[in-house]
Amino acid sequence: MAVKTAKPVRKKAIETRGIRLTINGRVYEMEVGSEANQVGPSHTLAHTLRETLGLIGTKVSCDHGACGCCTVLMDEKAVLSCMTLTIECDGKKITTIEGLSDTRAEKLDPLQQAFIDYTAFQCGFCTPGIIMSAKALLNENPSPTEEEVKEGLSGNFCRCISHYHVVKAVMAASEKVR
Amino acid sequence: MANTYRFIGNPTRRKDATEIVTGSSRFLNDIKLPDMFYGKVLRSPHPHALIKKVDKRKAQKLPGVKAILAWEDVPDWRGGTPRYTRVLDQKVRYVGDAVALVAATSEEIASEALHLIDVEYELLPAVFEMEEALKPGAPQLYNEFPGNVVTPGVPFFGPKNLKEVVMGDVEKGFEEADVITEGTFGYENMPNPLPPEPPGAIALWEEPNKVTLWVSNQASYMDSIILSHIIGRKVKVRTIGGPCGGSFGSKYMSWQIQCYVALLSKATGKPVKLVFTKEEHLAVFTMRPVSRMKARVGMKKDGTVTAISGRWLIDTGYYSMTTQSQVAVGCGEVQIMVRCPNWDLKPVIVCTNRNASGIVRGFGGQELKCILIPLLSLAMEKVGVDPFEFLKKNFVKPGDGYFWRDGIWYVYRGVDYTNAMDKGAELFGWKDKWKGWLKPTSVDGTKKRGVSVGVHGNADIGEDASEAYVRLHPDGTAMLFSCITEHGTGQRSNVVKMAAEVLQLPMEGVSVAPSDSLINPYEFGPAGSRGTYAIGGAVIAAAEAAKKKLFKLIAPKLQAAPEDLETVDGVIFVKGNPEKRIPWKAMGVDRTITGYGRFEPDYTLSNCMMTFVEVEVDTETGKVTLVRVVNTTDVGQIIDPPGLEGQLNGCLGSGGIDSAIFEETILDYSTGHILNANMVDYKWRTFPELPVIDNVVLETPFPSHRFHAVGVGEVATSPGPVAVLMAVSNAIGVWLHDYPVTPDRVLKALGKIGDMRKGGMR
Ligand code: FES
Ligand code: FES
Repeated sequence: MAVKTAKPVRKKAIETRGIRLTINGRVYEMEVGSEANQVGPSHTLAHTLRETLGLIGTKVSCDHGACGCCTVLMDEKAVLSCMTLTIECDGKKITTIEGLSDTRAEKLDPLQQAFIDYTAFQCGFCTPGIIMSAKALLNENPSPTEEEVKEGLSGNFCRCISHYHVVKAVMAASEKVR
Repeated sequence: MANTYRFIGNPTRRKDATEIVTGSSRFLNDIKLPDMFYGKVLRSPHPHALIKKVDKRKAQKLPGVKAILAWEDVPDWRGGTPRYTRVLDQKVRYVGDAVALVAATSEEIASEALHLIDVEYELLPAVFEMEEALKPGAPQLYNEFPGNVVTPGVPFFGPKNLKEVVMGDVEKGFEEADVITEGTFGYENMPNPLPPEPPGAIALWEEPNKVTLWVSNQASYMDSIILSHIIGRKVKVRTIGGPCGGSFGSKYMSWQIQCYVALLSKATGKPVKLVFTKEEHLAVFTMRPVSRMKARVGMKKDGTVTAISGRWLIDTGYYSMTTQSQVAVGCGEVQIMVRCPNWDLKPVIVCTNRNASGIVRGFGGQELKCILIPLLSLAMEKVGVDPFEFLKKNFVKPGDGYFWRDGIWYVYRGVDYTNAMDKGAELFGWKDKWKGWLKPTSVDGTKKRGVSVGVHGNADIGEDASEAYVRLHPDGTAMLFSCITEHGTGQRSNVVKMAAEVLQLPMEGVSVAPSDSLINPYEFGPAGSRGTYAIGGAVIAAAEAAKKKLFKLIAPKLQAAPEDLETVDGVIFVKGNPEKRIPWKAMGVDRTITGYGRFEPDYTLSNCMMTFVEVEVDTETGKVTLVRVVNTTDVGQIIDPPGLEGQLNGCLGSGGIDSAIFEETILDYSTGHILNANMVDYKWRTFPELPVIDNVVLETPFPSHRFHAVGVGEVATSPGPVAVLMAVSNAIGVWLHDYPVTPDRVLKALGKIGDMRKGGMR
């Protein structure tokens, strides 16, 4: 495996072609190349997360930047991981849906809890992306209005029409963290 | 009436809630098996052609390529109704038809290999328009379908299966009418249900005759049955369903992708996964059928319909798997919507050289209503009848009847929906807003508002059989075996809730087995809103049967008769004497108790959904904004309030209301290419554009269900589209008869622009 984790403190000069990114608080040093286990120059962040690192919580629906299902945080801002090349993420801090909760302590992010309390999903395929977009929104604007929530989620597709429950859940979560 | 249930009717946490919000749900594409290969499909760029030669040599040399299969390399597996469509054929019949399958060690290599396969085609003339396809001398898609007319009927529905609505005497009916209207109406924009999760499958073939498939479908058990028909009964097919990222009916038709992986796994000896891209999803996977009808209706002054006759053309694309079923159910549903003694409604299913149509919520009935109600509206306008009063008066009432899909006449024995309709109208403010046909509700400068209403009812809430087992354990827990997959409706949790209510166990104490066809009994799957009544019926019966066995076993220990026992939280006690009690453990730690339940089809009940809409039309730009929606229904008993609300809000998406406003698949009628097969060009509703939705849900008990409930989820999409079309007509004072009501069409109706030809539209 070309995927190695290392403590951030022992930062050695990364030789030749490699990238280093922090995902959910863990540092990954990855080789760039065309071998199966390396990060290819054309690999999207979504691909690396899902296929190389097994972080399947990030979903891919359109794979061309239209639906928001693949949203993750990069340095606290929402990005579409299907439109981001992994090699461009060198030095970045990424948070995925897996990074929101502390599964061992069974502690969910208030947003995740609110999504459960308000049943803010039906099929749930769009949910990780919506939660990540909402997280980015609340990072920037901890007490949004309903209109701001809708605007913040305007890039997220939900075919089951869970929008109404989602807006309620995000509003409830924002009130909790206030 | 106060709800006395412990779980039923109360919001309870979905069983899969934590997985969904933490991203740990394993959807199909999240599954990785050891040594798995990846599949891709080479697709035809031509709408109609014979394959002369497939040269795989270059592709085979690409490192990582493990198998390439063309039509000559595969067995004669056929699907469709009747089964005439080969999994890979020498003839391709639409742009996107499968030409070859590739398995490789990675998706990238498989994709690269597609470019290295050389195919020689002999081009054939193609036909994209159903009336053209019916003309003598038109290009023929199948030898088996002369004149491109698909064989009518669904043998699965029985010997008398419904192919048309013919009864009474239409000539007499037209004589009795005060007005007669006629015309041709279409619902032809082919909205795509477009679930977020693209279709996919994984197969592992084990020689000589075993194949296991991981599927993403709302009805995973049926996949095993459909595939055994296609592959042949000598092969043992096992299907394993998991969370399904939306289906809306469409993924019921997954036999092709499942056959592709089965073939590739058979060829390589390794598991193979194939997931469509979104472009493939939009260009080669199920969309709504195209419907057009030349029809005539007779109506009396009081809104009584005296006769309906028409020729309903349905374009199914290059093959049909379920279009005949949709026609049968649509023919049944139209009788539920409008009482009329004299009918002569004749459907013709046509195949053309475009992608196949198939199952989408509304299943035939939505399509038929979208083209019949505009014609009825012309008659209503003439006699001055309000559409709400008309639909209310004509919707099926207890004692009325209809021919259902099996061709048998059923007498409706459900509730009278008049009350629900009145409640909805009241909340919507129908009386104030309705100003008459072609009259706006309000005008504010260039903005004009209009209202209308639609209705839909489906007697498939009791369709087909379901079976379930419930196994009780001495530790006071239970396990449900029902092959129900979760596709968004929450029904996998709701059946647990029903079992928990019967057994009086906490919901955490009832688990549900994986949706694996190997371990579960027969399950038709959640479709046609049958989850609550049919699947629920089997689950309830299984739980009751298990409880009965338990009581019989325990009764002697409590020196009581089994009928006198009750159980709560894993403790059995004597009714009226709760001191006499004993835990389930008394059954013996070396014992489990299993109850079996079965639901037999029952077509005497129909659900009902009425949808009121208010639209605002900007007469300068032509833009139509959906301002408000009120859905009204009666479900007998709500099982899960937020789940139900989600389903009703779903009226907008999945080829529902928005198919009247902006959703369409744009086919280039000169080349057969779909021009908007991506999620940028295919329009969908975003968060900032939400209308106000109110849902009115009454609970008038249906006595034949243990909890007096019926399902309604499927039909939420169906009444709305035609209501929008009529509401826009009312707002601007001009009839609009084409879906969707794009700004172009509105401006054209207003005489502000000339006849435009846009893209590939006719
Ligand atoms: S999957 Fe990335 S935006 Fe759709
Ligand atoms: S919950 Fe199914 S797409 Fe959003």
